Amino acid sequence: MSALEFLLAGTLAAALPLLLAALGEMVVEKTGLLNLGLEGMMALGAAIAFICVYHSGSHSFGFLAASLAGATLAMLFAFLVIFLKANEVASGLAVGVLGLGLSALFGKNYESLTISGLSEFGLPALSKIPVIGPALFTQDIVVWLAITGTMVLWYILNKTKLGLIIAAVGENVEAARAIGYPVGGIRCAAVAFGGGMCGLAGAYASTVYTPLWADGMIAGRGWIALALVVFGTWQTGRVAFGAVLFGVLSLGELTAQAIGVAIPSQVLSSLPYFVTILMLVAISRHRRHSS
Amino acid sequence: MSDQPILNLTGVSKRYGTVQANKAIDLSVKPGSIHAVLGENGAGKSTLMKLIYGVEHPDEGIIYWNGEPVHLSRPSDAQALGIGMVFQHFSLFETLNVVQNVSLMVPGKTVDLARKINELGERFGLTVDPNAMVHTLSVGERQRVEIIRCLLLNPKLLILDEPTSVLPPQSVKLLFETLRKLQVDGTAILFISHKLEEIRELCDEATVLRGGEVTGLVDPREHDALALAQMMIGREMPHLGVSTSVVPGETQLRISNLSHPRATRFGTTLENINLDLRAGQIIGIAGISGNGQQELAALISGEIRAHQPDMIVIKKQDVGCLGPMQRRELGFAFVPEERLGRGAVPEMSLADNSLLTAHQKGMLWRGIIKRKVEKTFTRRCIEQFDVRTPGPDAEAGAMSGGNLQKFILGREIMLSPDVMLVSQPTWGVDVGAATAIRRRLLEMRSQGAAILVISEELEELFEICDVLHVLHEGRLSKALPVAETTAEKVGTFMLGAKV
Repeated sequence: MSALEFLLAGTLAAALPLLLAALGEMVVEKTGLLNLGLEGMMALGAAIAFICVYHSGSHSFGFLAASLAGATLAMLFAFLVIFLKANEVASGLAVGVLGLGLSALFGKNYESLTISGLSEFGLPALSKIPVIGPALFTQDIVVWLAITGTMVLWYILNKTKLGLIIAAVGENVEAARAIGYPVGGIRCAAVAFGGGMCGLAGAYASTVYTPLWADGMIAGRGWIALALVVFGTWQTGRVAFGAVLFGVLSLGELTAQAIGVAIPSQVLSSLPYFVTILMLVAISRHRRHSS
Repeated sequence: MSDQPILNLTGVSKRYGTVQANKAIDLSVKPGSIHAVLGENGAGKSTLMKLIYGVEHPDEGIIYWNGEPVHLSRPSDAQALGIGMVFQHFSLFETLNVVQNVSLMVPGKTVDLARKINELGERFGLTVDPNAMVHTLSVGERQRVEIIRCLLLNPKLLILDEPTSVLPPQSVKLLFETLRKLQVDGTAILFISHKLEEIRELCDEATVLRGGEVTGLVDPREHDALALAQMMIGREMPHLGVSTSVVPGETQLRISNLSHPRATRFGTTLENINLDLRAGQIIGIAGISGNGQQELAALISGEIRAHQPDMIVIKKQDVGCLGPMQRRELGFAFVPEERLGRGAVPEMSLADNSLLTAHQKGMLWRGIIKRKVEKTFTRRCIEQFDVRTPGPDAEAGAMSGGNLQKFILGREIMLSPDVMLVSQPTWGVDVGAATAIRRRLLEMRSQGAAILVISEELEELFEICDVLHVLHEGRLSKALPVAETTAEKVGTFMLGAKV
């Protein structure tokens, strides 16, 4: 497998956990909240999914359980912030830490066990394209579902009344309440959705991308997803692009090491983060000029 | 007009903590009537409207709708009955366009809604472009969007909360015409205001509130403004007193060719502003907020620096590029429109808030705070300006808006500045205190201070200013001496008449 094929084949899968978590958080932030617990919700989803798949052998069941676990943890955040009016930042961090702890607790006996991943299949016609076809268009089912889901989310947020309501709540809570929208309920739903997406992201990471559970395996991807939301300026397409870009960078690092580029691996590993910082600077500069 | 009231409140009370916001209120509105709820700031008008619109729930009392007792647990309940509300600070979403804003409340396809918006616009004189983004609309247009949005739900009762406080005189006339057309159609209107002349012109019934209680139910057309005012404030209308006009002295503040690009998408670009403020003179800047008032105030105070030092001159010194502290050292003081966060730090005590601008009044000894001087200064400010507070140790953030305004204004006046900028001096301040504030400004003028007042309240400007300018879309009108101009003339500038 050439370096290019490796990149093409792996990018979408590497990007997927980031994409799911970032899209979920984007919806949360669109309603005007900020949940910093992504990392913990992903970790919990990853542990729960691994356990379920290990015992049942069913990936569908694992994904379902993971999304429920993520959503449940997110509801704790919603309860603290929306009903008890607790501080958002503190609550989000607390929920994140709780999620990490729970994942370690539940996953303790499952470390170093293995399960099978998901088989990949190629899209008809497209996967026959020479060079890029077999690599890029042969992916597992979750990737295809996630791409479709991203488009659906874009449509909902930009073309439907539900999307309008979400934007309205985020822009002006008082006004939304005044014209009679159940702001608390809408926010709760968004937070639950965000948690569910994080659960799915974790499930993909632990049962498909690398089918094993290890404590700390999310490895900061929750925080990167959080940054991606800002990076993507709260727009579905840009967030997805950011996730893919990050996928490329994290794989590029492996590729470069494999083909023996004479740069220390630590420098290569820091590349994605470095690029993120550069992009954020570029975006804010651009915004200042255009206004 | 039938005699059965469409809305009837009996003995409605609402308490927030220790504050009795509404006490045993009776209110009855007939179909096709324009009913005023008259009261000062803090009299309980807003609370009452929230109860009627289902935002808050009464502790006691019953609300009847068409004779049936109803329980309104949320605004959508009120909407379902046919109650519409136009808020004082609009409940619109700036990043959405007009149709989108409407569709958030009114069911229907976008195309149909746009057509209906145009139809209603023609019928009631509420023209607005359905596809315009809300942040590009003027305040008057935004209000039209709010009204249209309510009308599309076919309300039987329309509540308007201080609808004229943001409108130039001409737009007020248009609004009144619209309301009269609605009245003919049989819609009942609840009109909340503290402006007596408007109520006398428009309304056929008025319920007067004071301190959360009903103090009168009258036909406003049969009472003069003075009688209504007495019902409203419960004492004689305070007088401004005679103000001796002074012959203006030297120029203390000169703004020449000041232009400044907007900082954000929702900001205003200032274009070529010229102004000349002399000692012993009060100049007023009229206009509706959002036309560059905040930008201009920030440029004069030094919060934003101008591009050229000589664009702003205080007492013959070019200060355009100096910071607020350096400008204050020249004898300049200012009262910003935002009380918490700009005028005072909410978490700090009043005494410490005095220190922030009055430290050169002997409050520091080699950088160490002299608490005694600080406290004495603050206590004097509290006494002289009738600030209702437990004392200098009270937190600024815990005070009511009007009281805090008195404190901030007092603090700045006690610095005896030569040049002062005051933004919205009487926003949220009750009638009595507002008059006291205006009187102090006039006294300062007599003592030779140069004062620039930025205000939305035209009446206030006419009362205290010698010269008026109008700020509209970042451009300042020519100087209009108050003695030679009228509210209508100023209004045409507020609507964008060219210099």
